Amino acid sequence: MNTTIMLFLLQDGITNGAIYALLGLALVLVFAVTRVILIPQGEFVTYGALSYAMLATGQVPGTARLAVAMGLVAFALDLFFARKALHARLVMRSVALNIVFPVALLGLVYALVGPHTPVAVNIALALLIVAAIGLFLYRIAFQPIAHTSVLVLLIASVGCHLALQGLGLVFFGAEGLRGPALSGAAVTAGPLRFTGQSLAVYGLTVGFIVALWLFFGYTRTGKALRATAVNRLGARLVGIRTTLSGQIAFLLASVIGAISGILIVPITTLYYDTGFLIGLKGFIAAIIGGLVSYPLTAVAAIVVGIVEAFSSFYASNFKEVIVFTLILPVLVLRSLAAPQVEEEKD
Amino acid sequence: MTQRLPLIIFALVLAVIPLLPGIPPFWIVLLDNIGLAALVAMGLVLLTGVGGLTSFGQAAFCGFGAYTTAVLTTAYGVSPWLTLPASLLVSGIAAVLLGLVTVRLSGHYLPLGTIAWGIGLFYLFSKLEFLGRNDGISGIPPLSIGSFKMLSPDTIYYAIWVAVLLAALLTMNLLDSRTGRAIRALRRGHIAAEAFGVQTPRAKLLVFIYAAVLAGLSGWLYAHFQRAANPTPFGAQAGIEYLFIAVVGGAGYVWGGVLGAGIVVILKEVLQSYLPYIFGGQSQLETIVFGIMLVLLLQLAPQGVWPWLMSKLPFKPARKTPDTSVKLEHRERAPGTSSVLLHIDKARKQFGGVLAVNDVSFDVNAREIVALIGPNGAGKSTTFNLITGVLAATGGKISVLGNEVANAPPQEVVKLGVSRTFQHVKLVPDMTVLENVAIGAHLRGNSGAISSMLRLDRTDEAKLLAEAARQIARVGLSDQIDQLAGSLSLGQQRIVEIARALCVDPMLLLLDEPAAGLRHMEKQRLAALLRQLRDGGMSVLLVEHDMGFVMDLADRIVVLDFGTKIAEGTPASIKRNPDVIKAYLGAAA
Repeated sequence: MNTTIMLFLLQDGITNGAIYALLGLALVLVFAVTRVILIPQGEFVTYGALSYAMLATGQVPGTARLAVAMGLVAFALDLFFARKALHARLVMRSVALNIVFPVALLGLVYALVGPHTPVAVNIALALLIVAAIGLFLYRIAFQPIAHTSVLVLLIASVGCHLALQGLGLVFFGAEGLRGPALSGAAVTAGPLRFTGQSLAVYGLTVGFIVALWLFFGYTRTGKALRATAVNRLGARLVGIRTTLSGQIAFLLASVIGAISGILIVPITTLYYDTGFLIGLKGFIAAIIGGLVSYPLTAVAAIVVGIVEAFSSFYASNFKEVIVFTLILPVLVLRSLAAPQVEEEKD
Repeated sequence: MTQRLPLIIFALVLAVIPLLPGIPPFWIVLLDNIGLAALVAMGLVLLTGVGGLTSFGQAAFCGFGAYTTAVLTTAYGVSPWLTLPASLLVSGIAAVLLGLVTVRLSGHYLPLGTIAWGIGLFYLFSKLEFLGRNDGISGIPPLSIGSFKMLSPDTIYYAIWVAVLLAALLTMNLLDSRTGRAIRALRRGHIAAEAFGVQTPRAKLLVFIYAAVLAGLSGWLYAHFQRAANPTPFGAQAGIEYLFIAVVGGAGYVWGGVLGAGIVVILKEVLQSYLPYIFGGQSQLETIVFGIMLVLLLQLAPQGVWPWLMSKLPFKPARKTPDTSVKLEHRERAPGTSSVLLHIDKARKQFGGVLAVNDVSFDVNAREIVALIGPNGAGKSTTFNLITGVLAATGGKISVLGNEVANAPPQEVVKLGVSRTFQHVKLVPDMTVLENVAIGAHLRGNSGAISSMLRLDRTDEAKLLAEAARQIARVGLSDQIDQLAGSLSLGQQRIVEIARALCVDPMLLLLDEPAAGLRHMEKQRLAALLRQLRDGGMSVLLVEHDMGFVMDLADRIVVLDFGTKIAEGTPASIKRNPDVIKAYLGAAA
């Protein structure tokens, strides 16, 4: 094999792998806190990327309106579940979070949108939109069934994926979109050329890994989030607001997903349903990491990216087959290594 | 025959539908699709709802079935009927291979694993040259009987629905049998099932293969119905949809699969034809509604529609009472080389740095009630788990009648005539008391899955149920025999566990806190029962905290504290033992 090709493949693999790592981290985060296996993570990616791309062309993405609609549903749910004890403060908070925030955001989008809006503003708007959707998604779909088994949550998660993907088609159409590059800078090292884009990918991935690791290992809020995952009742008894933990987790996950999307949309054309596959590859990494370890997930994601790059070069037809079967030996090893002691569930 | 009546009526109605004048041909196509989906969903009911193994990958097995017949009939000119066994065989073999890696997965790894290979197989189907890549294979010959070709939807309709009804019948027969009870026990964890000799990995693989073969059958029918096969209907989306069907209908019920298929297929059709009128020409709107409905359903009716419908029925289906006059032969006794029934020599168990059982030694002789007592955390339940093979000992020897147990799995220990109850009740709450207790007799029957499906197991089954009913009568729960185990009080559930343990026909009965949750009278009845068992030749080793109960009942007492044996002797000597008093009441006492 030619060294240059190999280096190119490695570079390609690592760049993709870094994106998978980001997604894998978000999945681990959500699972660790809410026990939800977040299949719609891929939709956060496409929503982020395509909202950004549409904003860049001066259009208002449908996702902004979706955020308002979901906010209304979330508000209705808040009122319904608190109907026996409606305090003014509670209602005000719910109005602020579920109505004012998304409506203000929609207003902001309409006010700022245009063909000459700066890239940074578009990014910020896209991130805020997806963050709102992530937050409301937890409130609407998962909070009412937060106490159920991992399995029920997983099926609900699949339902959310279907709905969001279908909505993605409505908002963005069947045509793929590409966004403008974040920066034109580039560094050349030997035969390889590192664009500012790929450097941003590496930087953000490493940054998030370190930040999440510090957050969950060393902060009070991080530990509270982990406690929620292990035992919801226990966490509530010691005063942790478990619904808040879930919302924080979804918020973080949706922002991470949207960032990943915005990072790749200048490199490759994204379609409304691309996110699912990208998300699933993040999954493979997350599962290899056992849905608990951040560093292991990151390493696994890089491996997935590299395997993908090499198999698309040597056996491009079977690229997906190879990537997805990669998971099986890992899963088997994992369940052999940790014989299940789980009993008395659901 | 009355139990079969609804099924016969259903079959007759189905048979008549295509003959009715004025039935739109389109309805028949829908019914064909419902039947095809119902077959897959029925497999999922057994796999997911009953066995607790969630699979998102069933569509891939349809693919195996469809592509097998597609390749054999088009490339090799094999007759469609001959490809049926081939299709089933290929899906079955695929299930064995995938099952060997998949069913070992625990918890949420299992559904994720099925998503992964489901997608992997979809890409494989769409990339392989001999399967026609993305275009698939067309020109598949129709099914034919003599010169009659099943070309139109209303002719293959009969083939599809005969398959559905047969599959439903076989599946229900399977569930209502010795193997079926083992499968139904899987969902609640494997420890209890294994303690009565159920080979849980084998049972899991069995349901996995069964579900895959049903999916393969659906795929085979689909290929001859569409006369073509391409990768799309066998992808991840379809796999998710099948699971959705099972959940909608009621994942624990065979007819829930059929009902769910009806609801989902019709709903999809309605959505696809009317949504575009309401919202303009956008495609994929049905997936949005679909996804939202799935989430709503889980929030509002997680059990599905079928059980909800059944609970609305004005009458309850009657249950057969087992004929207790049928005798079940006694279990063959393991050959003994020792007069000591249970011999524990320096048993040791370490969990990391914690020494839960520290070189504990004691014996249980024939016809003896021995109590194992000690403060909380003394290692009593751990000792039970070591004896019954649930946990592997770190050191020491345990032997039953001179046969060393040597970390044998629970299924082997129970064969030696040691049966047990659990500190935390491990019954299957949605099975009746009778069915739960019959699991105890698992090793005393020998009918397998195939004979159960074909109802060749009835004499064997009658004996098992009779034995279960006898043991239930013996513990005094005959009035509750047909109630769901989950509806009993905790104390009664403990007694059900004892009946289940007695069904093993044991020589040694291990009872973990049997009297907890019982009222005074119930305790006295339990003590009388245990004495009677001892006088009948059985030995009992029990863990119990109720000292009055223990002191009255036990012939001998072994006391553990922090994993170490601190005393052993008659109740009278234990009461006076200073070490025991110190362990229970502290040094000052």
